[in-house]
Amino acid sequence: MSMTDTTEKLVCRNVWKVFGARAQEAFAGLGRDPSLERLLSAGLVPAVRAVDLSVRNGEIFVIMGLSGSGKSTLVRCLSRLIEPTAGEILFNGQNLLAATDGEMIELRRHKMGMVFQHFALLPHLTVLENVAFPLEVQGIDRAKREARAREIITLVGLTGRESSYPRQLSGGQQQRVGIARSLAVEPELWFLDEPFSALDPLIRRELQDEFLRLQSALRKTIVFITHDFDEAIRLADRIAIMKDGVIEQIGTPEDLVLHPATDYVREFTRAVPKAKAVRVASLAHPGAPATDAPRIPARATIAEAGTAFLNGADVLAVTDADGRVTGSLRREDVVQLILGGAG
Amino acid sequence: MTALPAPSYQTASPRLIWGIALSLAAILWLWGQTVAPFAFEYPKALQIPAARWIGGAITWLVKEAAIGPIAFADITRFVADLIDLPYRATLALLATGLLSGEGSSAIQLWPPLPWVAVVGLLALIGLYAGGIPLALTVTACMTFIAVFGQWQSAMVTLASIIVAVPLGVAGGLFLGIAAARRPWLDRAMKPFLDLMQTMPVFAYLVPILILFGFGPTAAIVATLIYAMPPMIRITTLALQRVPSEIHDLGRMVGCTDRQMTWRVLVPSAREPLLVGVNQVIMQSLNMVIIASMIGAGGLGFDVLNALRRLDFGAGLEAGLAIVALAITLDRLSQALARRNRAAIPQGNALQRHPYLAAALALIIATTLLGLLIPAIQTYPESARLTTSPFWAAAVEWINITFFDTLEAIKNAVLLGLLIPVKRFLLSLPWVAVVAMLGLLGWRLGGWRLGLLTASLSFLIAATGQWEKAMITVYLCGIASLIAMAIGLPIAIAVAERERAWTITRAIIDTLQTLPSFVYLMPVVMLFRVGDFTALIAVVAYAVVASIRYTVLGLQGVDPRLIEAGRAMGCTDWQILTRIRLRLALPEILLGLNQTIMFALAMLVITALVGTRDLGQDVYIALTKANPGNGLVAGLAIAFIAIIADRLIHAAADAQRAKPGLGAQA
Ligand SMILES: Nc1ncnc2c1ncn2[C@@H]1O[C@H](COP(=O)(O)OP(=O)(O)OP(=O)(O)O)[C@@H](O)[C@H]1O
Ligand SMILES: [Mg+2]
Repeated sequence: MSMTDTTEKLVCRNVWKVFGARAQEAFAGLGRDPSLERLLSAGLVPAVRAVDLSVRNGEIFVIMGLSGSGKSTLVRCLSRLIEPTAGEILFNGQNLLAATDGEMIELRRHKMGMVFQHFALLPHLTVLENVAFPLEVQGIDRAKREARAREIITLVGLTGRESSYPRQLSGGQQQRVGIARSLAVEPELWFLDEPFSALDPLIRRELQDEFLRLQSALRKTIVFITHDFDEAIRLADRIAIMKDGVIEQIGTPEDLVLHPATDYVREFTRAVPKAKAVRVASLAHPGAPATDAPRIPARATIAEAGTAFLNGADVLAVTDADGRVTGSLRREDVVQLILGGAG
Repeated sequence: MTALPAPSYQTASPRLIWGIALSLAAILWLWGQTVAPFAFEYPKALQIPAARWIGGAITWLVKEAAIGPIAFADITRFVADLIDLPYRATLALLATGLLSGEGSSAIQLWPPLPWVAVVGLLALIGLYAGGIPLALTVTACMTFIAVFGQWQSAMVTLASIIVAVPLGVAGGLFLGIAAARRPWLDRAMKPFLDLMQTMPVFAYLVPILILFGFGPTAAIVATLIYAMPPMIRITTLALQRVPSEIHDLGRMVGCTDRQMTWRVLVPSAREPLLVGVNQVIMQSLNMVIIASMIGAGGLGFDVLNALRRLDFGAGLEAGLAIVALAITLDRLSQALARRNRAAIPQGNALQRHPYLAAALALIIATTLLGLLIPAIQTYPESARLTTSPFWAAAVEWINITFFDTLEAIKNAVLLGLLIPVKRFLLSLPWVAVVAMLGLLGWRLGGWRLGLLTASLSFLIAATGQWEKAMITVYLCGIASLIAMAIGLPIAIAVAERERAWTITRAIIDTLQTLPSFVYLMPVVMLFRVGDFTALIAVVAYAVVASIRYTVLGLQGVDPRLIEAGRAMGCTDWQILTRIRLRLALPEILLGLNQTIMFALAMLVITALVGTRDLGQDVYIALTKANPGNGLVAGLAIAFIAIIADRLIHAAADAQRAKPGLGAQA
């Protein structure tokens, strides 16, 4: 099975969000596709402009941009926590913006989950109660929801802390609770707004690994927000780079590094070593290696393959998600990429 | 007069504007008396008969107003019954026991809770919420009340509080939630809340008296009106301050509106809300004391009575009993608020609810024992202590020994400070003062503020209260300045020293739990009634605010700026004046604001000791049950408070916005 199928879970067409007094009317008065200058001179703050994107079933879609670029605003539009000023959002083909309040509640209760930058744990509830909270809201009885909550708590590695309160946990542990809670309802679409930004680098790394492990088991459709390009490369199937409310480019990490579409993206990716962005899959040749060789997943980055070459191998066997050998990776291709990557 | 906004506002030099305005005012003041007498005394013919209107409106409300077939009087009666029932039940439980019959011929069918049981119950709550130290504090306070023979009165007061607090909290919570969810309601309620919190309580005692009659019910209604606004405010603020992520969380898990409020927002705001509950308790206690004037009975009545009889000892004991009750309730509610939820204990019913079981056992045991041993039921009269004779003797001794010194101090302050300032303020033409206030408002906060200050001060003149208002301003102004002059050095001295500040804070926290009445007692003892006595009581009451805010401001100064100052070779004095005080100025101004508010609140109380200001009017209206006069005078005090509040806030904002303030160091 491939990592993603091509059906689109979430589609967003020409979505705008402008803030300001009577933003809706003022925006409508400016006609289609108004320029930044006209918006600003009308006293409006454009946070998201003309965004088109589609998130495929089962992929990790990362939205990356610096502070104030409109990432949070965009993801809040996607989950309709705020009303977009204009545009169209389709979830499983259903027009989200036409949904009634009741329908939205149902959708959020069963189909969506969200993880927050500052965890948003309820201080008066224990870990167990926090994780069970989305189920409690749905009126599921206590025994059932607590059983489910314990299951997920085990999944995120917090067994034994069920009756602690949030303030008794470290930041990393708190975010594990946040992740567990958002998974309690088995959402189809999983939003994470800078989930690891408030954590120390080491803990962040640990949780990123944890997140990848979870995803390899759960295969959710994910919209992940970050301002950290390294994080984006590590996690993303595809990345959208945002600047001043506009999406500059959407592509795989390799695309962005190897073929930046704008100067801004080039500037961004210049400092990134190519070995960190390019995946084994894009340098691999089809066909298993002749001799018995160390294995490397196709999803791994070239940098990760590097250690195996350092151990003396000349060629690696590339495996797909199910562990079958599908191709081979040669030392000279890797050397060329790394040495050529300086330019 | 001169406050007409000039079109050249942006360019005209502020100095020029002030120069012209002040000169015009001075000319009017010096030579205007004959030319424009109306500028000095508001023409009687043009006065707004607000008092008569209000009086008429209230009479109409009581006699004629009706919503459909339901008369307004029926509604008030309904509210009264609603309060009366739980009050009687609580009173029976704590103080009177179950009675049959009315008045003095009533027979007691079943005694109230024995005093030992009440002390024990409160101690148990203390143990549950704060451990042994709190249990001991509570026991000591309550025993003190019993030993000094204040038990019966204290239980009457406690009964009022027990009824008023839940109602106040619930009402405040609901209104606060409603306002937090609807911005328009929030905006609509704000002016009312402002008015409620700045208007002296005496002012609405009269209408309540008329609507609800003399008695504990009216007192509880007054208490509710007084204690609810802070709860509404705190609730709205607390809910608005819940982080937006928590809001988003609630919506993302699909909460309905009701779940959002009760499952997400209110629990998340638990801590500030509990601070609000504590506020309601303390405000209620303060008010129940004042409301003794309209029949609340209890400790407040005892203090008031003692004050009227000038029986200092009795008053002091009742006053200290109030303090003991205040400390008990304050500490208990704070500890309950801070208490963290522990793990749910396992076991049988007794093991799961040890405190409840102990409480029940205590009640049953003491009630049964009380039937055999009267001392457990009622604290024995023979074991009571009283210090009354001692205090009477002490006061007499001080007065005889130091009479000359005390009189000298009093006269010096009166002649040197109070009387000249009073004369000066009274001689000012109201037209000039109104214009100056308008100008000040305009310069500090734009034309809206100018319009507000000018029209409020004009209304004071137009309702014929100018002179009394000036006396209020003079007493309150001098008191606030003295309070600041005392508070600032203390604050500067303790702000940087952790231990000193801990001690100071403990002292000012305790001072703030004292009902304002209590401040009057010792001063009246030493200086008898009059402006000077009022001044000292007001200063003593208000100084707390000035210390608290100044310390807050000083501690908030970025230590890096102070370091930078040191590095540049500033002396300690320069660091204090150029950096710390300068940067703390906005908070200090807010402290001044609070000081003025405290002073105004206290000023009305001092009417009891014979000042001649608006407070006295409010008080007289109360004794004559004249709602119009009382409310109009009360509104005038509220106007003075609002003018001061808005001007100072505008000044503080202007200070904050001043460019380069942060770059000072
Ligand atoms: N409620 C609001 N009213 C007005 N402007 C807003 C509002 N919310 C966001 N903005 C503006 O929209 C822009 C984008 O904000 P947004 O929070 O989406 O940025 P972000 O990319 O998430 O940044 P960060 O990494 O700091 O979270 C900013 O310029 C912000 O000032
Ligand atoms: Mg953000």
